[in-house]
Amino acid sequence: MTKKQAPEIVSRKAASKKISDTAQAIYNDIMKGTKKPSMQFPVRSLANVKYDVKQGYFKLLGKRVTRTLSYTTVKTFAQSMRLLATTKNDLLDRDDIAGKREVYYNSKSWGECRFDEQPESDALLDDMEAMLGINREQLGYIPEERGGDVTGALTVIDKDPATGDPIKINCAKLGTGAWSIPSRVEHLEFQTKAKFILVVETSSLFQRLVHHRYYENANCILISMSGVPTRACRRFIRRLSDDQKLPVLAFTDGDPYGYCNIYRTLKAGSGQAAHINEFFCVPNVRYLGVTPQDIIDYNLEDATHPLEEVDIKRAKDALKNDPFIRHHREWQQALEQMLKMGVRIEQQAFAKHGLNFVLDTYLPQKIKKGKFLP
Amino acid sequence: MASAEKNTNKKKTAKRETAESMAQKQREISVSEFFLKNRHLLGFDSPRKALLTAVKEAVDNALDACEEAGILPEISVDIAQTGASRFLINVTDNGPGIVKAQIPKIFGKLLYGSKFHRLRMSRGQQGIGISAAGMYGQLTTGNSTVVLSKTRSQKHAHRMEVQLDTASNKPTILKEEEVEWLPAFYPAPGEGKETAPVVSHHGTSVSIEMEAAYVRGRLSVDEYVKQCAIVNPHLEIHYRISLLKSADEQNGDSESPWTTFRRVVKTVPEPPQEIKPHPHGVELGMLMKMLKDSAARNVCSALAHDFSRISSSTAHEICERAQISPKARPSTIAHRESEALFKAIQETKLMRPPTDCLSPIGEEQLTAGLKKEVEADFYTAITRKPSVYRGNPFQVEVAMAYARPGASEYLGGDDPVRVLRFANRVPLLYMAGACAITRAVSGVNWRAYGLNQPKGGLPVGPLLVSVHIASVWVPFTSESKEAIAHYPEIVREITFGLQECGRQLSVFLSRKKRAAEAERKRNYMEQYIPHLALGLRNVLDLDDKQEKKVIASLHSMLEHTHLQI
Repeated sequence: MTKKQAPEIVSRKAASKKISDTAQAIYNDIMKGTKKPSMQFPVRSLANVKYDVKQGYFKLLGKRVTRTLSYTTVKTFAQSMRLLATTKNDLLDRDDIAGKREVYYNSKSWGECRFDEQPESDALLDDMEAMLGINREQLGYIPEERGGDVTGALTVIDKDPATGDPIKINCAKLGTGAWSIPSRVEHLEFQTKAKFILVVETSSLFQRLVHHRYYENANCILISMSGVPTRACRRFIRRLSDDQKLPVLAFTDGDPYGYCNIYRTLKAGSGQAAHINEFFCVPNVRYLGVTPQDIIDYNLEDATHPLEEVDIKRAKDALKNDPFIRHHREWQQALEQMLKMGVRIEQQAFAKHGLNFVLDTYLPQKIKKGKFLP
Repeated sequence: MASAEKNTNKKKTAKRETAESMAQKQREISVSEFFLKNRHLLGFDSPRKALLTAVKEAVDNALDACEEAGILPEISVDIAQTGASRFLINVTDNGPGIVKAQIPKIFGKLLYGSKFHRLRMSRGQQGIGISAAGMYGQLTTGNSTVVLSKTRSQKHAHRMEVQLDTASNKPTILKEEEVEWLPAFYPAPGEGKETAPVVSHHGTSVSIEMEAAYVRGRLSVDEYVKQCAIVNPHLEIHYRISLLKSADEQNGDSESPWTTFRRVVKTVPEPPQEIKPHPHGVELGMLMKMLKDSAARNVCSALAHDFSRISSSTAHEICERAQISPKARPSTIAHRESEALFKAIQETKLMRPPTDCLSPIGEEQLTAGLKKEVEADFYTAITRKPSVYRGNPFQVEVAMAYARPGASEYLGGDDPVRVLRFANRVPLLYMAGACAITRAVSGVNWRAYGLNQPKGGLPVGPLLVSVHIASVWVPFTSESKEAIAHYPEIVREITFGLQECGRQLSVFLSRKKRAAEAERKRNYMEQYIPHLALGLRNVLDLDDKQEKKVIASLHSMLEHTHLQI
């Protein structure tokens, strides 16, 4: 069992030092007085990534933004500096953690410098991790969103937070419930005999698969994402897949959001967090469905909904700008087919042919066929 | 049908006038009777306006008299309500006084005065005003005008009660006596201490009781007195109005305290020069009358002597052009010839009339007057060069006062700007809409100077615009002297004056705007600089001294590039 940790995992001490170095550079500029201090970050958008086919994820291009101290940036600058100080002194040096919302409330003691709304502090957190090149989990920030649910033939070996003793969790013996992926997954170890991982979008479908013990028949690990997968979820799937050499299949709603946001982010990462995509992506995931062709193949035309304005825009935008879609001819064809049909379909639509049609017929047929979208 | 016929018959039998019967009814209309029936022409059309007009005429006369005599004017205006719609007006000045024999004529005869026949800049023009006020008082209350006057050389003062015989336009003296001269002025106590009354050894005091009404506001006597003080910074004027109290607040003193508008300029304005009429400003009828009355022996010298800007060679040139013998006697020039002469004059190129006859207030004094009565943040004034309309020299002066929005009650930021109109130093309150000044103010594009302006209207803002027109003959739209006629030359001059001041204003406003913007930016940055320093301190473990240095350095760094005004 090769234990492959994310490269460039930095220690708290190293992260703390990086913050000090950044502050020192700014301090030097201020004291010299010849040059205005500035902060630099990579541009965080799809326009600044390229799809690295060999590695299978979005890589940052060189575009950087420089925030130079000025009348317009002085507030952000001050907030960033106070945020850096809090991160270093209260989190890293004290080995503590904080949620994004806690950061926002913590700023309420900063007087004029406080954040008025949480999106402001969220944005600065993103800026900070991009500037330092250290992801925020490593800086001590924990995400508030649920990481995802896991059930199936998998034993996760976690550690007791207090003693460090190993704790074994058998995900096949959780009854009607599931195991929640924690926000930090680097320390986890796995034992499994499953043949593949099935990642599904909606928790209602996940419930159905759990209820009927689908994972036993199919000998797989089931993971529910509940929408766009969180970083922890992505990292967990990646580690599990790498560690146990398991193929990954994704099953989402058949709409542009399911294709371009959920699946694409799972597979290649996002433009927003391109600086950390390297770790937070699952390049070997393949797309099972629901594809536009499935609508025809499974006679589901009357179980669809017309595409809405926002769907059409999303699809057209992806065809034009998304480096991942633009690289894969099959995805372009799928999106074009969807636009031509003018409809979208939900995972639950298979209930038209009976509630368990999806696990009795659809999934086995698709898996047997083995024809997936890249 | 029959009855209709009867009717027409009846009409036919109605008595027809004959030339003789008509002649019985035809008689001379006295000027006084005419104005009595057309009192609106003189500014007595409403009780409210009557009060203002009477005060205005008395103050105008007092100021003219003082300035002509080279006396620094001190005037008191004392108004007391004597009945529900009755007021007793007293205006007292420290002027040279009036010779006894002249008093009845000045106050009891319309169109008697010293100013009508001269082309000279003065407040009064026709010699109607004060006697019309007396006539109006007499008509509405039956009371006489009471005049008290003392010249420097007299020991005692004359007191006269004068009425005007409206049929004959002649004064009637009801009572005449010699009395002790007592008038003194009672300045309002300044800075908490009582001021001793000021006694003058000469002057005139006029009292008229009349039916009138008093309403506060922009058309009130209060406003008139204030504007008088603004435009005459050399005038010290004391003013009070005592209203009758209602029954339930009867107790106590019914007299109001005096308000004093202080003098800030200690010199009497230079007396204006009298000029002869300029030929281009004379109409045919006037020309004929002047030729008839001329003392000169021939046309040529009549032209050269009675008019300005005609030399004897120009006079010859005119005669030649009109084909009139230069030797002809002026009084024998016939109608046809005078028409030719008139035409020849119009065709002859002449020098513009002399303009040194005007006595403008001056930029410094305009500003001084505004500063003492109107609180504002910015003042500017401009005195234009003299110009000419129809042969009459005139001169425009514009002054402005701008208050911070919300800082002044007098100048509201959301109201149209306050336009003060002055003609020969007399405030014009009524008929603003008909006045050339208002038109000129509305005609200027104020947006270019940083003010809001509804299309075609007065600009909006906490601004006062004061326009003064000085002329030997101010062209009013009516005898009540309330609005200036729209001569294009005059409107143009006013417009230039407004634009010149407007440019000053816009410089001030944009500087103010930039300063406010810089102040806002500075405050904004000062909020955050300490936080930036504190963040650095916390990360780098800086000490107090280093933190202070960071703050100082950040200040100079940011202010240097972002707060340059």
